[in-house]
Formats: sequence, C-alpha cells, structure tokens
Amino acid sequence: MILFLVRRALWFLLTLWVVATLSFVLMRSVRGGPFSGERALHPSVEAALRERYHLDWPMWKQYLQYVGPLNLDGHGPRFVGGDGSDRFTGLFALDLGPSFHYRDFTVDDILRQSLPVSLALGALALAWALILGLTAGVLSALWRGRALDVGVRLVATLGIALPNFVLAGLLVLALSFGAGLLPPAGWGEPRHALLPSFVLGAPFAAYVARLTRSGMLEVLSQDFVRTAVAKGLPRRTVVLRHALRAGILPVVSYLGPAAAGILTGSLVVEKIFAIPGTGTHFVNSALNRDYTLAMGVTLLYTALVFALNTLVDVAYTLLDPRIRLEDA
Amino acid sequence: MAAPPPPAPSAIGEELLREAARARGRGLFQEARARLAENRPARWSLRLLVGLALGALLAPLLPLPSPMALALSEEPGPPSLAEPWNRGWRHRVTLTFRFDEPMESRELFLRAESALLGLVTLATRVRPEVIPIRAQGRVTALELALPYRPEFDPHLGSQLEDELAQHLAGRLEQGRLRLKNGGAVAVSFLGASAENGYWELNALDRLLLDLRQRLFGFHQTGALLGTDAQGRDLLSRLVWGSRVSLTVALAAALVSLVIGVSVGAVAGYLGGWVDALLMRVVDVLYSIPFLFVVIFVITLLHGYRAELEAHGIGHLTAFYAVLGLFTWLTMARVVRGQVLALRHREFVAAARLVGASHARILWTHVLPNVLGIVLVYLTLTIPSVMLLESFLSFLGLGVEPPRVSWGLLAADAMEAINPLRSFWWLVVWPAVAMGGTLLALNVLGDGLRDALDPKLARR
Repeated sequence: MILFLVRRALWFLLTLWVVATLSFVLMRSVRGGPFSGERALHPSVEAALRERYHLDWPMWKQYLQYVGPLNLDGHGPRFVGGDGSDRFTGLFALDLGPSFHYRDFTVDDILRQSLPVSLALGALALAWALILGLTAGVLSALWRGRALDVGVRLVATLGIALPNFVLAGLLVLALSFGAGLLPPAGWGEPRHALLPSFVLGAPFAAYVARLTRSGMLEVLSQDFVRTAVAKGLPRRTVVLRHALRAGILPVVSYLGPAAAGILTGSLVVEKIFAIPGTGTHFVNSALNRDYTLAMGVTLLYTALVFALNTLVDVAYTLLDPRIRLEDA
Repeated sequence: MAAPPPPAPSAIGEELLREAARARGRGLFQEARARLAENRPARWSLRLLVGLALGALLAPLLPLPSPMALALSEEPGPPSLAEPWNRGWRHRVTLTFRFDEPMESRELFLRAESALLGLVTLATRVRPEVIPIRAQGRVTALELALPYRPEFDPHLGSQLEDELAQHLAGRLEQGRLRLKNGGAVAVSFLGASAENGYWELNALDRLLLDLRQRLFGFHQTGALLGTDAQGRDLLSRLVWGSRVSLTVALAAALVSLVIGVSVGAVAGYLGGWVDALLMRVVDVLYSIPFLFVVIFVITLLHGYRAELEAHGIGHLTAFYAVLGLFTWLTMARVVRGQVLALRHREFVAAARLVGASHARILWTHVLPNVLGIVLVYLTLTIPSVMLLESFLSFLGLGVEPPRVSWGLLAADAMEAINPLRSFWWLVVWPAVAMGGTLLALNVLGDGLRDALDPKLARR
C-alpha cells in the first residue's frame, strides 16, 4: 500500500513536470508574446512589463524561476499579490506566478477565488450522477426487461449522446423561460446551482446507470446472492447489503474518469450559466492569451485528476479485498 | 536454371483440396455483417448516418438557401414557408449593365435578358439569373447573378457590353421593336462584384451547384426550420454545418487512428523497453485532463497563425490535427493489447522463419488481424471527437465564422434566447441534429463491437 502510494507520488511529480515543462516551452516560444495586443504599447511600458514578468531573462532562468523552488529575483517586492523578496517561489512553493491579463492578480489569487465555486459545482454534479445513476441502475437491474428497464436504458443512451450544452439549452428553455421555475444563470443562491449541476452531472448519471445495471445483473446471478436469499433475508437487505457492494465496483473505477470529465465539462457549463468558476477563467484566459493563468489551471486540474484517480484506486481495494494495489 | 517441378499431390491431398474448395468459409467480417444485420437499432443508425453523410456531401445540390444569406430582420424568424431573403442561394457574382434608353418595352427587356443569358453562358459556362433593376418602373439596368464565382476573363464585362449592344442593335434594325426615341440602345458595363454565398467551394461542389441549377433553377426552400438572429436559414446552416462537423470528426479520428495504431502496434510487437517506454508515456498522457491541454495548445497556435497559413495549413487543419493528437491513447492501448497477444502466435513465428522483415510481418500479418477492433474503436472515437469539436466551437475556440459547425449553432442559440422571447427553434433543431447523430454513432459503435467481438459484448 505504502509502496503503491510512493510510486504514485513519483509518477505524479513526473507527470506534473512533463506538463509544466512542455507548456512552459510552448508558452515562451510563441511569437509576439502576451503583450502584443490590439494596442501597441509604448516601448518603455513594454520594457517595464517584460522586466516585471521576467521576460527579459534568458529562457533557462525563466524556467528555473517558474519551477522553483529558489527565488532568483533579487529586486524586492514586485507583485501586488506576491512578494518578490520571498526566498522560495515557483511551482514547488505552489506559486503559479502573475497573471498576464489581470495584471493586479497572481494566478494563485484567481484560483483561490474561483476554485471553491468550481469544486462545489463539480461535487454537486457528481452527487447528481451517483444518486440518479445508482438508483436508476439498481431499479433497472431489478426489473430487468420491464418497461422501467427499457425506459432507463433509453434515457441513459440519450444522456450519454447529448452534449451538456445542448441539454443546458433545452432545460433553460423549458424550465427557466418556459415554466419560470429556475434562474437561467447566476451564482450565489442554492437554487442557482440546481440546473447547472444537473446539466453537468447528467451524462455521467447516464453512464453510472449503465454500469450499475450491468454490474448488478452480474452479481445478482451469483451464488452468494442466492445463498443470502435462501437464508431468508429480506430482499432489501440482499440487494442493498450484499449485491450492491460488489455490483458498484465498476462504478467506483469509473469515478476517476467521471471526475475528470466533470471538471472538463464544467468549462462549458460555467460559461453557459455565467458561473464565476475556474472553468470560466480558463476559457477567458485562452481567449485573452493569458498564458500563465491557462498553464496554472492546466497544472492544477492535472494534479486534481491525478489525486482523484489515486483516491479511487485506494477506495477500490477497500471495497474489493480481492484486488491488491501492487497489481494495479 | 529451371525451377524443380512441384511434387505431384497425392490423391488424398487432391480430394482434400477439392473439398476445401467446395466448403465456403465465413470470414470474420461476413460473420460480423450478419450479426450486425440482426441488430435493428444499429441498422437504423447506420442508415441515418449514411443519409447524413450523403446530405453533407451533396449539400450544394439541395435546394436550400445559402447558409450566409442575410435577411433584413431584427430577430430570429420562426419556421415558415416564406423566403425572407432578398436574393436566393447564389454566390452572387453580379455584372451590371446600364442602358441609356430606359427599356419600357417588355419585349425589348426580354430580348436583352435572353441575349445576356446566352452570352454569359457561352463565356463562363454557367447559366446566370438576370435581375432587372428598375427606376420609376422602367428597366434601366440588368444585373446578373451566377451560382458561384466562375473563372473570369477580366475583359468579360466590356466584351459583353459590345456584344450586347450589337445584339440589341441588330434586333432593332430588324424593325420589330421600336423605342420611344428611336435608334439604338447604348449599353455600358458598370462593373462586376462578387458576394460570397458559401465559404469555399471545391470542384465537386461547383459541379453540384451547376447540377442544382439545372434541376431546380433558382428555386429555393423557405425558412423551414426558422432563421437565426441575422436572418440566416437554420436548415441550411445545419446542413452546411454538418459538413464541417463531420469533416473535423473524420479527419481528427484518422489522425488519432494513424498515431494510435502505429504506437500500439510498435509497442506491442517490439515489446521490451520500447513497449515500457511508450506505455508509460501513454499513462502519463492519460492522467492529464487533455481538454485543458487542447485548449492551451489551440490558444498557442493562434500566435503562429500567420506562419501556419504561409505553409498552407489553415486554421481548420491545425484544429483537427490537434484534436487527433490528443485522442489516440485508447486506440494505442487496445491495439497494443491485441498485438501483444498475436505476437506469439504460430503464423507470426512461421513468417519470421521464412525470413519476413519485421515491417512486413507487422503490416501483412499482424495488422489485418487487429482491423476489427480498430474499426470498433474508430466508430467510438468519432463521436467523442465530434463532441470535442462542438465543445470547443461552442467556447469560441474551434471553427470560426463564416464557417459554421453544430457547436457554433448551439452557441448562437444560447446567445439568442432570452426570457422575453424564447426562440425555441434555435435550440431544438441543433439539439436534435447533434443528439441524433451522436446517438446513432454510439449505437453503431456498440453494435459493431458486439458484432465483431462477441467476447467483448456488453453483459
């Protein structure tokens, strides 16, 4: 177990390093740089900006400064958010540098503000996916071949195929503008979160339902379930205590990809519903050529997905003692 | 040196050979086809997709309005039979001629029209439509509209001017027509202008547009599915958008196919440290939320736009190359697994014994055997790439106007709807198109998987 976690941690660092280095090289090799925008800047202003963002340094020095951990800048305080006199800086100090576009903010500032929003939205979406998906999947497996089962499978297939922004459009049209039930956009009140989190979670709910159904079907036909039924246990207990634990194993291993998918999907959903989350900032950073912010979000999400995947692997062994982590 | 004669086959051997010739084996693909034919949803999906692909390919042939034709409207128009567009579907190359003498006589106008039609058709091989421009009820000028931009002779205008004047003069001299002031009509060429009806047309598209004109003339359908905020026809935009969406999906899927199969086959076949290295790379890439990287790379590519275009790589090409570069991972893993299993089979050992090179063994012995599973994953890659494309276009990072893709249409719809007026058709029709296509692709992919590899079939 410990060996597994250590190995994972090493891979984690390697992955982050690859992503950071590749994106750094790509970012710095773009011609024109981030400041050659619509308006031409006065040469002295541009020089000052370049100095402030260390673009006047040689490439290797910029890279070392970005990765850290030692601060190579001996000039004293520089950024509004960060303090240039810090001894440690760069990725190792969890410092993602200044934003190129929002010049008064560091990337850390922006992420600190927006990440809780995105995580809340993502967690709600995952909750939708699990609650709806597991319920539908179990019911569908129990009433196999009946109308309910057919209905669940149909809806699940549709749910997987329909992109979330299309679903968002349809639901906003029907529920917000048609029936006037839910606000079409915004963030702050609980009811604001209802529609976006459902839209975000729906495709994954569909997938979870499919996985649960097939997992349950396989388990329900196994001997230990028959034994439990023969023992005279109530059907409820058999299904919820015995079968479900083994039946949702495929769902557990799907949680990693699902979490990654939800984080990705939140890019679009946040934009549609005007939610001030990391996704919105990321899309804007791409449109604004705010490379440091884009890179920071990419790194952060890589780390998040990696951590979630590891968590899922650990959870898997806890649920299924037959599986050892060393094999994984 | 003569080759030694082949040993005479024994009678038993001959018997066996005859029997083998009589027995008709069923190959993997025949078997799969039979199984697929029993799968009704998959069959219907296949039909739908073939229809869609045909529609996208033959879009210029369909009597639709131009996807770029604007109407003078302040808001999206609901589905109707009416045609809110001023001019039709043409790529409007307009040649304007002015007549000194206002043509009051209808017959004179008809003559001028037919003369112009004939002359332009002769010169450009495209039959135009003549649009009279009237001042105070009298025709003072003729305008020509052509279905697409023909190969223009720069002197065409003045040439036509002379011929038209001669033609009209000839008619006049024959005394059958009389003008108010008498005498000949002076014709002057005012100029040519072109206005795009389509973003680009290849040779086949031109041919199809020609054919369309022969079939339907300048007839076009009304706004059957409604119009968007600029008054453009939604149906036409859906059909022309399907071209972009399908092209991007197919091209990106091909890129991912080539990379995935090469990496997977090499890793699986060579094994050892090559395999370990390649698979570790795949593992690392797998754990990156790649949409973020794709967006990042696309953003960076914007910085190199001018350079790329100088090398003949358009924005769209770069776009699907990037998409393909990030979607080959599953394919590589699957192919590697298959090749790994095939590597130690007898026929590979036999081929090696005969002295075949590694490349030859891979190409002629191993790869044909993984074709089935590659096909399955290709059909499952296409919808995911399509989804990705629409995602990015929706965010404004993919296909750019004036081109249109389904993702862009959905984005337009989200912008247009508001609590006061819900322009439902803008949301519903793209949703139907996209949902239906993705659904069909998924169903077909699942069906193909079940058909080609019953062991993999869903429980």
